[in-house]
Amino acid sequence: MTVLFDGVASGLLLFLISVGLSVTLGLMNFVNLAHGAFAMLGGYVCVLLLSRLGVPFLLTLPIVVMVCATAGMALERTLYRRLYGASHLDQVLFSIGLVFMAISTAHFFFGAQQQPLQLPAFLRGQLDLPGLDIGVYRLFLIFVGLAVAAGLQWMLTRTHFGAELRASVDNRRAARGLGIDVDRVFSLAFALGSALAGLGGALGVETLGLDPEFPVKYIVYFLIVVAVGGSGNILGSLYASLILGITDVVGKYYLPQAGAFFIDAVMVLTLIFRPQGLFGRGAAR
Amino acid sequence: MSPDAPAAAPALRRVDLGPFARNAHWRPAEFVFWLLPVLGWFAFPENLPLLTQIAITALFALSLDLILGYAGIVSLGHAAFFGLGAYAAGLLARHGFGDPLLGLAAAVMLAAAAGFISSILVLRGSDLTRLMVTLGVSQMLYEAANKLTDITGGVDGLQGVEVKPLLGLFAFDMVGRTSYVYCIVVLFLFFWIARHIVHSPFGLELRGVRQNAPRMPALGVPVNRRLIVVYTIGAAYAGVAGALLTQTTQFVSIDVFSFPRSAELLLILVLGGTGSLYGALLGTLVFMVAHYLLADINPQYWQFWLGLLLVLVVLFAREGIMGGLRRLGAAASAARLPAPNSTRVPR
Repeated sequence: MTVLFDGVASGLLLFLISVGLSVTLGLMNFVNLAHGAFAMLGGYVCVLLLSRLGVPFLLTLPIVVMVCATAGMALERTLYRRLYGASHLDQVLFSIGLVFMAISTAHFFFGAQQQPLQLPAFLRGQLDLPGLDIGVYRLFLIFVGLAVAAGLQWMLTRTHFGAELRASVDNRRAARGLGIDVDRVFSLAFALGSALAGLGGALGVETLGLDPEFPVKYIVYFLIVVAVGGSGNILGSLYASLILGITDVVGKYYLPQAGAFFIDAVMVLTLIFRPQGLFGRGAAR
Repeated sequence: MSPDAPAAAPALRRVDLGPFARNAHWRPAEFVFWLLPVLGWFAFPENLPLLTQIAITALFALSLDLILGYAGIVSLGHAAFFGLGAYAAGLLARHGFGDPLLGLAAAVMLAAAAGFISSILVLRGSDLTRLMVTLGVSQMLYEAANKLTDITGGVDGLQGVEVKPLLGLFAFDMVGRTSYVYCIVVLFLFFWIARHIVHSPFGLELRGVRQNAPRMPALGVPVNRRLIVVYTIGAAYAGVAGALLTQTTQFVSIDVFSFPRSAELLLILVLGGTGSLYGALLGTLVFMVAHYLLADINPQYWQFWLGLLLVLVVLFAREGIMGGLRRLGAAASAARLPAPNSTRVPR
């Protein structure tokens, strides 16, 4: 039971970080391998605020979101925008370049060591129920993850902005013809994706750790979530994250020799049998 | 019977294959290029290990060029085949079969077999799926090598690789003379084969597939079969490069499967210019020399310049070094001819 619970928690953490990628890669169809770099930025901002300035943990999260959204928007305006029409290969190369720069910048400012994170007292400790040990922080992750999933799903399907975004993604020219400011919509969507990455990165410092290699170490996981979940599908990403989180934790618990082998196998098998992802819209390009 | 049918028959003109045949001829510049390794031998006798590394990486870049530059298959996990080749040669040598050529043959077989099997996965889906599947396959191999410590040595790497003298005559020395000559000869041999491949009808078909895959079946080209073949060949090339690395360093690090290796290779190829064999070679040369010089100054932040270079290349110099050279060549010939050939289509 505890293993299952931990799996759910790690799945939701995975979801928090990857859902931003689901927006940029899935919806906007930009292969943004630099997604992990935004998550890392969020992590470092959180740690800095917490340890150097003594800002309370919960208060750091909105600041992290703001910083990452600003950074994402700035990069989108200056660089990413030029590559929307480019081939996937170009986008991959470009974002790998960004990742490399992010890694050495982090090295420069923070060194290669892991950054410690001191959680506030009320998020530490654990609840002991019969047959189930619940880490409070894990519970917190689950709540935040579910809240973000619900909020995003609502935003995409029910709000005006969500409709504009979906229209811009499906047919940019027609959307422009209808008077939608596509550039603005894309900027905002990209900022949203980066902000979510930052939030996930900040929340993940506790369990995933934080060092300059973060963007490379975990990018595969984020990509797997989007690939398995299907493009631009918030609920798909949620289910995929849960499946992967549980597979990963259960696999590591019962068969530690296999390591991350399971999670990669799940992705490759999924892509062989359903190239558009488990919950994809079918028309993957 | 339609009356037009006999009239149409004489209209079937013979296609002039002259330009293609002329393209396949060796040009003077190419002979000059292949004098460089000889020059390197005399000019940098202390740096032979570096030059050997360059030759190995060049062969690896060549293998990716075949599948990406010519056939248009994007791959984020080409290191998978490099690693398989490296471990095949390493394990053979460790268990007493240290003949280098035997190692090469084993690496080719294993990598080609893996390429053939995984090509079936790569055929499916879009660019994005291909990126993910290739990445996933290489990550799985990385994990396998990481966990099968009994066989591979895990993160400590495979030790005790003892390579016997080449052809029973030339032992691998400390200065790296044998390694250098061996790698250059293998590189040239495989380059020569690759050159034949890309100038053959098969090579032209591949380019057709890259440029317009839906069109090719109409011309009688089975797209999937061509892609399987080229992917298998590319994998075999990468396996050879991996085996060379093992044999010249007498060690296999788990690093051979790593993601940065695949990513760096993509950079090298894009830097040189995809879709031209010399692009792969020149890209490797420039990249490795830059790496050597910059990493000497500051090994930590070399990666920053690498990233910046990548971003700049994608944004501003998408055709790489070969594109630049081609433009220079076009400008030079335009200057020589009084009337510039305006029908020339820029690539």
